[in-house]
Parts: sequence; C-alpha cells; structure tokens
Amino acid sequence: MPELLTVTDLRVTLNTARGQADALRGVSFSMARGDTLGLIGESGCGKSITALALMGLLPEGAKVSGSIVFDGQPMTTLAEAQLCRIRGNRIGMVFQEPMTALNPLHTVARQIGESLRLHKGLSGAAARAEALRLLERVRLPQAAQRLDAHPHQLSGGQRQRVVIAIALACGPDLLVADEPTTALDVTIQREVLDLIAELVREDGMGLLLISHDLGVMADTVQRMLVMYGGTVVESGPTAAIFARLAHPYSRGLFAARPRLGLARGTRLATIPGRVPELIDLPPGCPFADRCQLVIDECRRAPPPPQIVSAGHEVRCIRWDQA
Amino acid sequence: MSDALLQAVDLHKHYRLPREQLLAARPLVQALAGVSFTLRRGRSLGIVGESGSGKSTLARLVMALEAPTAGQVLFDGQDLNRLAPGALRRARAGFQMVFQDPYGSLDPRRRVLQTVAEPLAVLHGASRAEQRERAAEALDAVGLRSADLDKYPHEFSGGQRQRIAIARALITRPRLIVADEPVSALDVSVQAQVLNLMQDLQDRFEVTYLFISHDLAVVDLVCDEVIVLQQGRIVEQGHPDQLFHQPQHPYTQRLLAAVPGNAGRIAPT
Repeated sequence: MPELLTVTDLRVTLNTARGQADALRGVSFSMARGDTLGLIGESGCGKSITALALMGLLPEGAKVSGSIVFDGQPMTTLAEAQLCRIRGNRIGMVFQEPMTALNPLHTVARQIGESLRLHKGLSGAAARAEALRLLERVRLPQAAQRLDAHPHQLSGGQRQRVVIAIALACGPDLLVADEPTTALDVTIQREVLDLIAELVREDGMGLLLISHDLGVMADTVQRMLVMYGGTVVESGPTAAIFARLAHPYSRGLFAARPRLGLARGTRLATIPGRVPELIDLPPGCPFADRCQLVIDECRRAPPPPQIVSAGHEVRCIRWDQA
Repeated sequence: MSDALLQAVDLHKHYRLPREQLLAARPLVQALAGVSFTLRRGRSLGIVGESGSGKSTLARLVMALEAPTAGQVLFDGQDLNRLAPGALRRARAGFQMVFQDPYGSLDPRRRVLQTVAEPLAVLHGASRAEQRERAAEALDAVGLRSADLDKYPHEFSGGQRQRIAIARALITRPRLIVADEPVSALDVSVQAQVLNLMQDLQDRFEVTYLFISHDLAVVDLVCDEVIVLQQGRIVEQGHPDQLFHQPQHPYTQRLLAAVPGNAGRIAPT
C-alpha cells in the first residue's frame, strides 16, 4: 500500500526572543490511508510544530529541512498557492479550541460551505445542502435549524462537531486533530473521540491525533510517537508501547498520571526537574538531565534508535536497564 | 458537629439571563438548586461535574464573592452573608482561592512579591518588612526561593506559576483553600508535582480543601469525600472509593465510563 504521508528527518528552527531554537530535531514517520497515528508529549515537545510544519503553517522566519511527502508531493517545496489547494481540501484540520477556530460573525452553513465553494466550486445552494448533510453526519442535533446559527449559540461540544464538519467537508485523505477534545467535558470528549474514530474508519482517511493524554491515545490510535525536546523518543504500536514503556520519559509520564483507584494521599511519581527550554537543550539525549538511568555516554550524542520489538523503537541506550 | 469548618445549607443561586424578546420576562437559570454539605477541618471535599453543573458558582458562593439567592454559607459557624463588610474582609484571611489558569491569575506587571503579599497588605496593613518575610516563607513552603520574589510571572513555567498562586493563597495562613481546577491547565508531569505539593501542605498546615475538578482521578487521589453535581443539584455523594467503584447514579456511571483509558486498555501498574 503506498504511503499517504512520509516525513523524513524533519528539522524546524524557530526564531525566539533568545535566538534560534531547534524545535524539531529530526522527526521521521510515515502513515498510510486508514492509519491512525498519535503524537504525545508535553508543552514544548514539538508535537504541534510537527502538525504546523505538515500544513505549511509554521510561524514567520521558521527554517525547515528534511522532507514531508504527502501523496507523492513534496510539501516543503510547494508554493503557497499549491499548498492552499491541499490545506482544507486533502488535509482537514481540527483544533483544540472550537470557539477560536470558528468565526464568531459567520453562520455555521457559511463556514462549512466556504471550503466547498473554494475547493470544489459548489454554488451557494449546493454548498448549503452539503453543509446540512455534513452536520447530520457529525450528528449535530437539529442540524437543519442550526445551519443559520452563529457559534455563540452552540455549546462547546456542538461547536467542535461543526469544526469537524468543516474539516471533513472536502473529503480529505488526512485528518490532523490537535488536542481536539481538551477543551471539552469528559462525556462530550468521549462522544467526539468516538465520532472522529468512526468517521476515519468509514472514509478510510489517515488520522494524525495530537494529545497530551495517554488515556485518549490508548483509546483512539493504532500507533503512537512519544515526543520530548523536539525528538521522537519512542514509537510503535500503541499496545506495544503501553505494554513495555521502554523510554524512561514514557515511563515517567505514565507513572505521573493520577489514576482512579489510587489510595487517598498517595504521592504521585514525579519526573525530577522540568522540561528544558528548546534553546537550552543539551547536545546529547534531551532527557539526560532528568533521567535516573543517565550515564556519561548519554550526554555525548543524541542516542540512535534501538529496536525493542517489531515496529517498536526507542531512542535510549539504556532502555533495557530498567 | 463542632469540627465543621464549612457548611453549605440548602444553597440556591439563580441568575437572570438577558431578555430574549422585548416584552418577555428575563429567563431564569438555576445554577444551584439546594446544595448542602459539611466540610470538616483538615479534610478535602471534591466537587465533580461538567460545565454548567454549578461547580464554579458553588466556589464563588463559598468564597463570598456572590450572595446565594437562598441558603447559607457558614464558615467556622459564621454566616458569611450576614457579616458587615469590614468583618467579612477580616474573615477572608481564613479562606483563600487558587484558580485554574496560572497564566491568567497572576498580574504580569507585578513582581511576585507584590502578588503574593497582596492579601496581607489588604487584610492587615502589614509592614513592608513583614510582607517580605511572610512572602518568602510562603514561597519556601511551595518549593520556590526567596530570590524569586523580585521576578515577574513571565519568568516562570506554568507549574511554577501555579506554585506562586498557591503561595499567595497560603500567606494569610488560611484554614480553607478553595481550589477551582488547580491542575487542569498543567502538563501531566507538572500536575503530579502540584498535586503532591497540595497534599504535603495539607499535612504540614492542616489546611482544608474544597477541590473542584472535572478529573475524577485527581479527585479520587486528593479527596476524602466527593460530591457529584449535575445541573445544580447533588446527585451522588460519598467516599471516593465507594463512589468510583460502585457508582449508584446513572450520571456518575456515565462520567466514569467516559474517562479516557478507563476501558482497561491501559494496564494498571
């Protein structure tokens, strides 16, 4: 099966107040149509920058090297006009905050219809009919009456359904969802995740899901990449990663989660220290300063990938010591 | 019960919405409809529920930031809404609040010292030297250094900012801290540090927590008792072990079923 998306040695350098910071330091992965892939990590690990790089939406002055090939086209060298033909058409996007993703001044029908008119050349009436079909597909209650609603008249979960309808409008091959449920209540979160999973299955799209929540990942994606300091520190099938948390950071993240059933007053395991700023990252393993298994060799050079099992890789030279 | 620190007695809160039609009456929202509970000294009570369930309204009533439509908030036996303004201001030393967003709750133009010591300055008119000393103590309690007093909020990470917010709440040596989603905006590893800190502070200073969260696992960890709110009413109340293992109310069951990773795909360690 031909790959839908292949990212090879992606590096991104951003301009910050303190100078140039390497936000991504060699990220590689690939996915086929129908694959569900998760990017997990904490603030500043590079998961959102990866998504922005895919869509050519990096901040001004960002330097990109490496390659992103989407359906045979090298995205990093495309002109803006060509990118515009892909964004919102072949690649759909769902963002974290549905209130800011939607335009407060435009009706739901107009916002869903926009990409249909733009990319598919639909007339106003045809776009409106299609918008209704999409709203029904994302199971927005009373879809027909809501076509002329403005975002403020909808609840958070309903708004996120509208955002998903916009992302799906042109029948994309890849859906990029950046923390799509973080702003939602837990029961609504479950409904929205189930909806995304169902739509992805029905349409055979690829799903790139970005989240900080291990539980969301476990429920939603087949494969995941654990990111830290602009690198993928562990990658593999979701079940294999949870069964054998090979990287010390993955283990730390897992242990730090409060879980139902812990005794009252239990102290959570913490990862000592704090996430280094991108500009201060050490030359060797980015996690070295917080790792309990660290040896001198870890600090010398970025650790090469080690094979844990088929398809499960970890960038830690000491992973089998734990 | 003599060791009750905080009592809510049949609290009701109504809000009037803007008129929908010119001549129609303004619609009424029942944010809280008959909420009662007792929180004992040194214990932690968790409030869970979804957006619109009345969690934050409850926090505002307990903090006496708003008056209930009906019912009473008794702090240490005193009805907060019957106190004269001056007496209420003095009573506020006994209950402080920590908010969700450590980026929004600290004034970016003030040094940490001003922010942390402000409750002291307002409540007691403490001298500069005393303010600085007490602020340094409070920072020390949350694991920051006294050198941090002269810095500005932007120089700190999210977790450190939440520590500053907790230091500000601690400085009046309150008996009750109302924490409204105190770790929801934090990364997982930082969240663990702040939760551990809050528990350590409880052991050291015997503070009582009213802990509001949408995260059932966080509440299970920190609280001795849990109240589940739905549309302004308590639908279930009990010890977390019992409530989360054998939820009786369908709404509690639904909340539990929706917790990500709770379907057993993440093996417990």
